[in-house]
Amino acid sequence: MSEREVQERPLPRPTRISAPFWRGAAEGKLLLQRCRRCGLFIYYPRPFCPRCLAEELEWHEASGRGRVYTYTVVRRAATPAFAAMVPYVLAIVELEEGPRLVTNIVGCRPEEVRVEMPVRATFERLSDEVGLVLFRPDGMETDSADPEGQQ
Amino acid sequence: MDLRGRAAICGVGEVGPFREASDRTAVELMLEAGRLAMVDAGLEPAEVDGLLVAPLLVGAPVTLPSMLAEYLGLSPTYADIVDLGGATAAGMVWRAAAAVAAGAARAVLCLTGEAVDPESFYTRGVRWPGLPLPEFERPYGPMGANSGYAMIAMRHGYEYGTTDRQRAKVAVDQRQNACANPRALFYGRPITVDDVLESPVIVDPLHLLEIVMPCSGAIAFVVARPEVAREGLHPPVYLLGFGEKVTHSMPSHAPNLTTSAVAYTARRAFEMAGVEPQDIDLVSVYDCYTITVIVTLEDAGFCPKGRGGPFVEEHDLTYRGDFPVNTHGGQLSYGQPGLAGGASHVLEAVYQLRGEAGERQVRDCQLAFVQGNGGIMSEQVSLILGVEP
Ligand SMILES: [Zn+2]
Repeated sequence: MSEREVQERPLPRPTRISAPFWRGAAEGKLLLQRCRRCGLFIYYPRPFCPRCLAEELEWHEASGRGRVYTYTVVRRAATPAFAAMVPYVLAIVELEEGPRLVTNIVGCRPEEVRVEMPVRATFERLSDEVGLVLFRPDGMETDSADPEGQQ
Repeated sequence: MDLRGRAAICGVGEVGPFREASDRTAVELMLEAGRLAMVDAGLEPAEVDGLLVAPLLVGAPVTLPSMLAEYLGLSPTYADIVDLGGATAAGMVWRAAAAVAAGAARAVLCLTGEAVDPESFYTRGVRWPGLPLPEFERPYGPMGANSGYAMIAMRHGYEYGTTDRQRAKVAVDQRQNACANPRALFYGRPITVDDVLESPVIVDPLHLLEIVMPCSGAIAFVVARPEVAREGLHPPVYLLGFGEKVTHSMPSHAPNLTTSAVAYTARRAFEMAGVEPQDIDLVSVYDCYTITVIVTLEDAGFCPKGRGGPFVEEHDLTYRGDFPVNTHGGQLSYGQPGLAGGASHVLEAVYQLRGEAGERQVRDCQLAFVQGNGGIMSEQVSLILGVEP
């Protein structure tokens, strides 16, 4: 692996399958696939339903609400790219719709995060094509989508 | 397939572990362990007709089995690569036994090993195009397996009240075991619960001394037909039961982060072997982190679900204790030489069942439970090994 990949934050590289998800996040929307045949909500994006194998999937804008299934506070950066963020909260959020995803909790101090805490999606726009899906404690003011400004 | 008593481990080879590989390559270490295992089995290359190889964490070339077979002087009638992370070695044992039972081979050499490159620890695999891990997890800064197991420990604490002190006890008892194993990286360096709790928190709630140390080394073993094993130089160690299950890759996709597939694999293994958890003399289970041992003991049925914390506090897990666990020190104190780390649990079970564990020998050791675990409790393999078929 190159020096550059270690130094820079590894950003999503959208594929033919995942591009709508990342573009949605850039536009402030959390998009999940939903199977038209069996109704399953699917994350991460796939070409077919992992429960019934149907290819008929549609994009569905999720509520953005969920709760912290579990989390940790990263105190030593995995790679130099994350050194400036330390300490940061890495979490698994369970969405209202069912799927769980790996994300960061922003908008509060790491000590304030709790298991089962209600959270709401917030977005970090990186380009027209890519945004990161982050979460903040639910019920707080959400006028800013800039996680850097909240820490 | 019921493999009870259909094959036995009849040779083992151990190289290292070493903190540094110096100028030795992973392949060189694996080949040396393979040579030692064949010598230990009393077999020459012409008598070994099966080969299973672990991939190298730094990236294995394709056709690795044929390259290593050629080097070792083997012409196997059964050759494959087994890629189950930390469950690879345990997965090799039953695959080799199945090959033997099916008549595909008489004696199968299984190779694991690594020359560690600490620089690549958190970043290997970054280039996998089209796979979900780099795309949907890495942008958020996971810390390799550390953060995955930290999140298991956090949720386990929330659901069951498991404490830092309880997890620390696992590291302390295993370190005491390592102090009776001269090969262990942390031989001669006992620790206390306070030492663990005073070591820096790396990923909440895990402390430095609850986290495995990557190192270099290699472990190999030979699994053979019982009649081949009985002609060997050591008492055969029979495979009596196994179970395997793969539930997820990323921790976000685990069906349940605090109850693992061990609940399934151990039940399968115990049923096949016709024994119960209380019959086991030695527990040799994957320990990349302290929490891994606690979840595994619960799910394997050694204690009720959620009681793993109090259980490890109430029992002496050392080789002299009432419930010996990871008597070689476990990976936490022996070291984790790549995928050979998971082979260390198989190796220790063999030493103990043969009665060759020296100072740390568990008295009258007849039955061992071995667990291999890959990824973030993703790949699970249970084995029951014993001295009688
Ligand atoms: Zn479906």
